[in-house]
Parts: sequence; C-alpha cells; structure tokens
Amino acid sequence: MIDRLEELKLEAQSAVTSSQDKKELEQVRINYLGKKGPITEVLRGMGKLSAEERPVVGQKANEVREEIQASIDSKQAFFEEAELLEKLSAEKIDVTLPGKKVEAGSPHPLTAVVEQIEDIFVGLGFEVTEGPEVELDYYNFEMMNLPADHPARDMQDTFYVSEDTLLRTQTSPVQARTLQAAKGEGPVRIICPGKVYRRDEDDATHSHQFMQIEGLYVDKHVRMSDLKGVFDTFVKEYFGSDRAIRLRPSYFPFTEPSAEIDVSCGVCGGDGCRVCKQSGWIEVLGSGMVHPRVLEMNGFDPDVYSGFAFGMGVERFAMLKYGIDDIRHFYTNDTRFLSQFKHV
Amino acid sequence: MLVSYQWLQDYVDLSGVSPEEVAELLTRGGLEVDHIHRYHDGMDGVVVGKITDSGPHPDADKLTICQVDLGDKTTQIICGATNAPKANKVVVAKPGTVLPGNRTIEATEIRGHKSEGMICALDELGVSENLVAKEQHDLIIELPDDAEVGSDALEYLGLNDVVLEIDLTPNRSDALSMLGVAYDISALLDRPIKVPEIEHGAVRKNAIDQVSVTVEAGVDVPYYGAKVINKVTIEPSPLWMQMRLVAAGMRPVNNVVDITNYVMLETGQPLHAFDYDRFGSKEIVTRRAYPGETMTTLDEQVRTLNEEDIVITNGNTPTALAGVMGGASCEVIETTESILLEAAQFDPVRVRNTAKRTNLRSESSTRFEKGLDAQGTVRAAERAAYLLEKYAGGAVLNGIVESGEMPVFEQEVELSLGAVNTRLGTELDQKETEEILYRLGFGVEDLGDRWRISIPSRRLDINIKEDLIEEIARIYGYDRIPTTYPVSERNAGRLSNTQKLKRKARRFLEGAGLEEAITYSLTSEEKSKRFRLDEFSDDVRILMPMSEERKVLRQSLLPQLLDSISYNKNRQNNDLALFEMGAVFLPNPGEKLPSELWHIAGAFSGDRTAAAWNKTAEPVDFYTAKGIVEGLLEQLGLTEGVSYQVAKREQLHPGQSADVVVNGQVVGFIGQLHPTFTAREGLPVTYVFELRGEALLTEQDKTMRYDPLPRFPAIKRDFAVVVDAQISASEVQHVIYEAAGTWVKDVTLFDVYEGEHLEPGKKSLAYSVTFLNKERTLVDEEIVKVHETIVERLQSKLGASLRG
Repeated sequence: MIDRLEELKLEAQSAVTSSQDKKELEQVRINYLGKKGPITEVLRGMGKLSAEERPVVGQKANEVREEIQASIDSKQAFFEEAELLEKLSAEKIDVTLPGKKVEAGSPHPLTAVVEQIEDIFVGLGFEVTEGPEVELDYYNFEMMNLPADHPARDMQDTFYVSEDTLLRTQTSPVQARTLQAAKGEGPVRIICPGKVYRRDEDDATHSHQFMQIEGLYVDKHVRMSDLKGVFDTFVKEYFGSDRAIRLRPSYFPFTEPSAEIDVSCGVCGGDGCRVCKQSGWIEVLGSGMVHPRVLEMNGFDPDVYSGFAFGMGVERFAMLKYGIDDIRHFYTNDTRFLSQFKHV
Repeated sequence: MLVSYQWLQDYVDLSGVSPEEVAELLTRGGLEVDHIHRYHDGMDGVVVGKITDSGPHPDADKLTICQVDLGDKTTQIICGATNAPKANKVVVAKPGTVLPGNRTIEATEIRGHKSEGMICALDELGVSENLVAKEQHDLIIELPDDAEVGSDALEYLGLNDVVLEIDLTPNRSDALSMLGVAYDISALLDRPIKVPEIEHGAVRKNAIDQVSVTVEAGVDVPYYGAKVINKVTIEPSPLWMQMRLVAAGMRPVNNVVDITNYVMLETGQPLHAFDYDRFGSKEIVTRRAYPGETMTTLDEQVRTLNEEDIVITNGNTPTALAGVMGGASCEVIETTESILLEAAQFDPVRVRNTAKRTNLRSESSTRFEKGLDAQGTVRAAERAAYLLEKYAGGAVLNGIVESGEMPVFEQEVELSLGAVNTRLGTELDQKETEEILYRLGFGVEDLGDRWRISIPSRRLDINIKEDLIEEIARIYGYDRIPTTYPVSERNAGRLSNTQKLKRKARRFLEGAGLEEAITYSLTSEEKSKRFRLDEFSDDVRILMPMSEERKVLRQSLLPQLLDSISYNKNRQNNDLALFEMGAVFLPNPGEKLPSELWHIAGAFSGDRTAAAWNKTAEPVDFYTAKGIVEGLLEQLGLTEGVSYQVAKREQLHPGQSADVVVNGQVVGFIGQLHPTFTAREGLPVTYVFELRGEALLTEQDKTMRYDPLPRFPAIKRDFAVVVDAQISASEVQHVIYEAAGTWVKDVTLFDVYEGEHLEPGKKSLAYSVTFLNKERTLVDEEIVKVHETIVERLQSKLGASLRG
C-alpha cells in the first residue's frame, strides 16, 4: 500500500505539473484529494491492515496528501501570479498623458511685492498700518511740513475732492495719523502700503494711480546710521545678499537730512550697463531722518525723539524685480500678464 | 539745470577732475547728475577753413563753389547756404567725418563739380534747431578772424564741451546757477571759488537823473534796482557767449538779451533789459495789474491780467509781467541805443501763480519762484553792466536807482558737535566738522559747547540745525556714515487680524483658480452707479477731473473689473476668472471724508476648466461663482447663518441672481450679467459676485474649538422626493433639517432631475442624510422613524412625495 501511495503521489504531481489553468488544477485536487479520490480510498481500506501496519500507512497517506496539497498550492500561486501580471499589464496606461491638473490662479504682482516687503519689515519688528485713500489736506500736506504755498507741492499734482480733501498723493499721511494716535509716546514702527493718486497722464512710465509703501521708525536715539542698517538688511533680503546700498543726499519736506537710497545694479553688478544708465546704481527709495517740525506738529518732542521715514514705489520694485517695462500692465489686467505671477 | 563743464572752470579749478568725476561728486553731494551730454561724440575732422575764392555754380542757381583753405591744403566744396558767397572763415567737415544723425560726409560730385566736404551750419553740428538764433537758421557758421585755419573747429566753438544735466531738488534753488554749482564743487573738492569780474567804468551822468523807481507794495517787490546804459550797439553777442547759452539750453538773441541771460545763468539772478527810449516815460512804477488790464508780452501774445499779478509799468501801461516776461512795446530791438536794466526781487508765490496761470514758466520765473540770494541782486546788475560795457559798447551811467532795501540777510544757527554725531551715528571730531563748515563758506563762531554758524544769503534752504547736519553729512560723505542697527526694546512685528484675513481670502481665491486684478478707483459717473450694494446717494467727485472716464470714485468694484474682462476678450483671452479686493467710496454726509468700504468682487467667463483628452470643457455658470463665494465664506469662518436669496438687481439676469445673506444682512450678490447689458457692453456671458468685505471680516469667530471625533458610527440614508419645480432647494433642505432633529449631521443634495420620467412641472431632488448620535450607536428603528417624519413633513409642507 505504501507503494500505491507513492505511485499516487507521483501521478498527482505529474497531473499538477501538466495542468494548464486554475480550473484543471482544481480538477486535479478533486481527483486526488477529493472524498472520492484514491487516497481517501486507501485510508478507507486501512481496516484491513494489521495493527503494526496501520500507523505506518496512515502516516504515509497523510504525508502524500500534504505533499500533493503543497504542489497544488504552489501551482495555484503560480497561476495567481500569472493572472495578476496579466491584469497589471492590461491596466498599463500612458503616464505621459497630462494629469487632471488643479489650475491655481495668481496674485497680482503688486500684491505679491507688497506682501514680500511687509513680511521683511514684520520680521524687523514693524507693524502694518493702513490709512484712507481720500485724505485731508491737513494730513497729506500740512502735517508733513508742506504748507499751502510750498513749492514742493508742485512735485505732486493733486486730485482734489474739495478744498480741503483730496486723493492722497503719497502714503505719508499715515505717518501723521499714526504719530498723532501715539500721543507722543514711542516707539512707533510701522509700514503703510496703499494706493496713491497724482494727476499724471497714463503712459509707459506714469500712472495716475499707483502704490507706495511708507515706513516710519520713531524712538529715542534713532540715528541715520540705523536707517542705513535697516535698509542694508532690507535690500539684501529683498534683492539678494550680493547687493549693496548707497545713500545720496536728497530732499523731502518731511525729512532732514534726506537721502535717496540706491541699490547696486543687479544686471551688471555695479560695473555700469544700460539698465543703470552706466552708473552701477539704481534708485529705489526716498528716506531720511524725520523732520523735527513733523515730530513736533504731530505731538512728539523732537528733543527726546528722533526717527527715520522712507517711502518706496511698489510698481518700481515690481518693475525692477520682474523686468516689467510698462507700468500700464499693472492696471489692464491682461491675463497673459497676470498668469505669469503664479509662482511668486 | 544744464551745466557746462568748460564754463564751470571759470569759477573753480577742475584740473585733474574729469566730467564723469565731477558728475559723481555732485551726485554723491546731493546735486544729482541725471545725464552727461557729449554732443561731439564721434565727430572727428571738423576744422576751421577759410574761403579763399568763391563763385556761383554754373548749373545750379542756389549753389556756390568755394575754394577753402584748410591749412594743410585747399579744397573745393559746394555749399547751398545764402551766406556762402561772402563768408570768410567757416566750419568744414572733411570727408570721412560722421556728423550727428549718423551722417557720413563723403567726397562727391554735384552737377559735374567736385565737392570734398561740407561747410557746416550749427544744427548740422548737433545743436538743437530751437537753440539756433533765428537769423542763423539755414546759414553756415561764420567764424571770427581769430579762428586759426586748420584748427579743430569744435574746440573753437566750445562744442567739445561736456554738459551735465542736473536734476535739482526743489530746496536747492542756490544751485540754479553756474556759480551755485561751483560753490558746491568748491566745497566738495576743497578748492577755492573764483568770483566773476564786476568792476566796470562809469560815465559822469547819474542814472538817478534819467529814471525814477516807485514801488507800490514792498511785499510784492522787496527790492527794485535799475541801471541805465547808454550808447549800446545791438549785434550778435560773442560766439563763445552764444555757445555757452546754447550749452545751457538757451537760444542766443542779441548781445544785450544774451548778456542778461548769461548773467542769470551765471548768478541765478534774472535780469531784464528795456529799451529806454521806447519805455514810454522816465518813471518805473511797480503795482498790481488792474482786473482785465491787458498787455502784449514778448512772444506777441495779448495777456489779460488780474489783480493777483505784479506788473512793471511806465506809470501808465504795463511794460513787463514781473519776473515772468517783458512787454513787446519796449523790447530791445536792432535800433535800441539806451537800455534800462532791471535787477529786482519779487514775491516768489505771486510769480509762481502768475507764471502758472499764464502758462509762461520760463528760466526767469522758475528762479524767482524759488527765492533769490538777497545779496546777489545788485552784484548781478553790476556784472551785466560790466559785460554790456565790454561786449555791447555800452556807457554805464553812475549808480543804481533803487526802491526797497536788500536785507543784509545772514541767518545764524546754533549747533553742537554732539547733535551732529547723535543724529548721524558718526564720530566726527570738532576740527574736521569745522573744516567742512568752512569749505561750505559758512561762518563759524565757537561758543564753547556749541557753535554759532552764519549762513551765506545764497543758501535760503538752511534754517535749522538739522539742515546744517545734512550739509555736514553730504560734504563728509553719506557713504562714510557707519551702518548700525536701532537699539530699542525688542518687539514682534505683526499683521493685524484683518490683514491676515485679507491674505487668507486672497490665498483661497488664488487657489481656487482666480487671478487677482487691480483696477482704477476713478471711474465715470455712469459706471459708478452700476452694481452698487448700497442705495445710491451721490458720487465722490474730483473737482477738476482729467477725463469723463476718471471723474468720480467707484462705488463698486465690478464695473472696472468688467473693463478688464472686456480688455481680455478683445485680445482673445476668453477663459477668465478674475477677482479684486479694494476700497469703494461712499459719501458720508456730515463728514469731510467719504466712507471707504473694503469689497471683494469676482468675474468669470468662458470655460472654468478647458477641454482635455479625458474631459469635455466645463463652462462657467452661476454655480461656479456661487461655489467660490461659499468656499470663501467658509474660509473666513462663516459656516452658519449664511443663506442665498433670489434677488432682482439691475444689470443681472432676473432668473440667475442671488443675494448673499449673512445673519439677516445682505452682504453681497452673485449672478449672471443680464444679456441686454452684456450685449450693450460687448461683454461675453459673464458671472459675477461682489461682497462687502468688511461685513465678512467682522463676523470672524476667534474662539474656534475643535469638535471631538465621534466614537459611534454615523448612519446614512438616501432618498429622493418629487416636488413642484418652482420650490427651491433651500426650502426643501430647510424642512429636512427641521424635521430631522438633533441627530442630523449632514444633508447633501446629490441629484436634481427634471424630465420625461416625471410629470411636467415637477422635479426630483435626491438627498443623502447622515445621522449621528455622539452618545451611542443609533439603531435602525430610530432612523426609520426620523426618516418617516422627514417625508411626512415634506409632504405636508411642500406637497412632496417620495420618489419610488
């Protein structure tokens, strides 16, 4: 009987080997291991065996059974693997086809620049303050040391709404408003972004509406060298660590001493090129030490407090940073222009 | 201000300092050189020639054949200028020379005769045509006898000069003159200033016997001085003077006028010359013009004056508009023999206003407007007299006839070294600071702990110690100020809550595929009335608008945003999703300033998503706009109390517009533009929204707490109901919520159907309702019960039936 079992094993294994698919394999299992199969039959005939033979044959039958089952399992696994491979291969797609892209919009480049600048100054301890776009002559001019007949008022032709209200020509009135609100107590550290308006015909370099960012730092013992330090940090952060600044004497009615701040040309690195008109420097903002009259008029004691103020044109920063050559692009909102600023 | 490098050297030694170095020095010192002009760049081979023989061209009436001695050889040149036949010394461009405008001179043949070079007119050498004296137009330059044949003609003419264009800040009126600029260079280079010659001879006659001066209001005319010069011969001024005027951008006229202009450019003091014999009287009277009084100015224009204008008169009629322009009646002309030379100071504000009103901004008025050196007026008159004697053959009468007194004005300001160093952050010592002050020409008196500094009268801009600190800093060098960081208490900078929310709203809208636009705040009266959220009261108007399109301040963002849609459509940019955030302006009765309200608006047209290989295009629709608004409100923390109500608004489609309501307040709207409106405006089909931003920000809940995750499972039930088509989804939803009780967690409408499987006028709405009890697991019977209640309630309230 042992021999018969051995024979059955070989026979079954051969059948497993030659089975072509899962169905045939199942038939093999039924044929050899099923209730009506030859092994069951062998076991059933064990009653005829002697007590000595019985366990030997029993054990052999179980072994054969397990071995056949193992062969079937392994063949089954082989079929499953093949089936899976076939399925995967059938599911192959062209991964170079475009994805279901989530199309994002874009910030306006002026907003992007304002936020970049805000973030740098917030990091330097400044708060962001805003003021009205329709402003009193009092804040826009008078409190900024520009009395009615001051010739510098010519520098900025104004849209008046009434005799004493106007569209602000600069973000500077926020300085006056903030100082007055602080009631003579420093420190005041603010930047104020916003829209301003001047009577200019719109062309490639002029716009009757544009944006500025004003800044003010008033405290005890603020020096002009501090202004330099803050702007050295700012310029390196905004334009790049390889850029340098240069201060030049200038004039603003609300600062004394006043300074124009130039940044080294990013195109030629300071050697002189067309962009910087061969000078190696590009003018980026106006600044200066707050005029004692401005401090005094707005409730700060100029003998105790000093400070610096600055103002920059947002369009100019955007134009410099992104190489934009026409200021009108900012206000016509051509989507071919706007969509370029997705990543800024 | 145009500054000739050669001319500057009359006043300060520039040896060893190139024009570029002067420019850099001035720029760093506060007089910004905007541009360096080299008109002669590339012009080689322009020499002095002498016409030795000339005769008419046999085959051309207007041409002259000239034999020209160029020093090294004599050459034949054909010339078309009318003054060629009698000219002597001329300017010749030899073959090979490149003249301005990239014009290369070549040896050529004109109607059978050789012509080797060109005899030049001024404009051919790059002098702007409007700077060439009228009578010189189309004429070749005739050089004086002292011009050496064969020598460089550009050098003789001073056209090899370099001109620095300075962009002056309004405070530096002192630098509106060659001398003023020279003073700055002298301080910056620490080299002495050379003051121009003014000592002239004088004839026995006294000016005071020839003319009187009466000033009616000393406020208007603080000083008026007149000199009388007889026996002048009117002719062209010397060539060098003409060329200097040209370099400064002024056109030569005749010797007398040129001298007054030359002295103005040199000293900054404008002067005026009247024809003495045609002045109309022997008395000069300054007064205000009578209302409606007229006069003809030098430019032959009849001007109507008013009582705000100061005029110079002969006691009767105006002879000059003070500081602005002389009158034509007593202009210096060819036959003039005697002149009245005016050197005066006028009220700067009045000159400015008159010049502005009459649109006559001139070299003279700009200088008066900014204020003049009190001590420079008489000196300028004497300087002009000196030049008139020298170059116009004038006999200067003794003395100056005056009215008013020139204040011997010398401002004094006290300053301490400590103040300088604490303000600048420098460590200057006493000696180097004093040296800087001396270099600037300031008087320095040591008072122990401080100085008393006297300021020259030419520096009207220096009044307080901060002005002096700036002077010291700019001469010391701004770039030598150290770089430090403010020492004050540390603090965290920050954005306000509102600013943060605005950024959040922007990021959401960008993420949702919208591009941010910025439009103009000024708009037309018609546009400002469109899409307003508030009742229209009136516009905030500009007093003197530049155009109808920019006349009033906007009351809503959409009209301008739609301009951007239209702009894009015209450029075939058809798929658009734009948003804008910004202020709108509403009148604020009783207040000076209008209310500025912050709005958010959006506009969509074309496809929301473009067609692709795996999907068809999805055009924008009402629900695109609504979905964005819903998402935005959620981002801003508005999850409850938001509803959408059917709305009727002008310019919007009556069947596709809704008001956005937050806690019972209308905060904005969503809708399709009315087809009639889009047709009229040439707009594509467009969906829009506009929201009162402020209302959204103040609603922000700052006390957000997290909702613990449920420990028991939620149960979902789907069902569809059939209702009349005009019943809105929000009504149905409202009933479901009401009926579902406290266990309802979420109600989602997942299908809407109208069509053949339903009775006409009916629609089916399919909902998925999620139930949850946080305390325990819900059992099926409970849900069935709630479900039944919902269906019953829908039936009784809305006549709905469950769809099988």
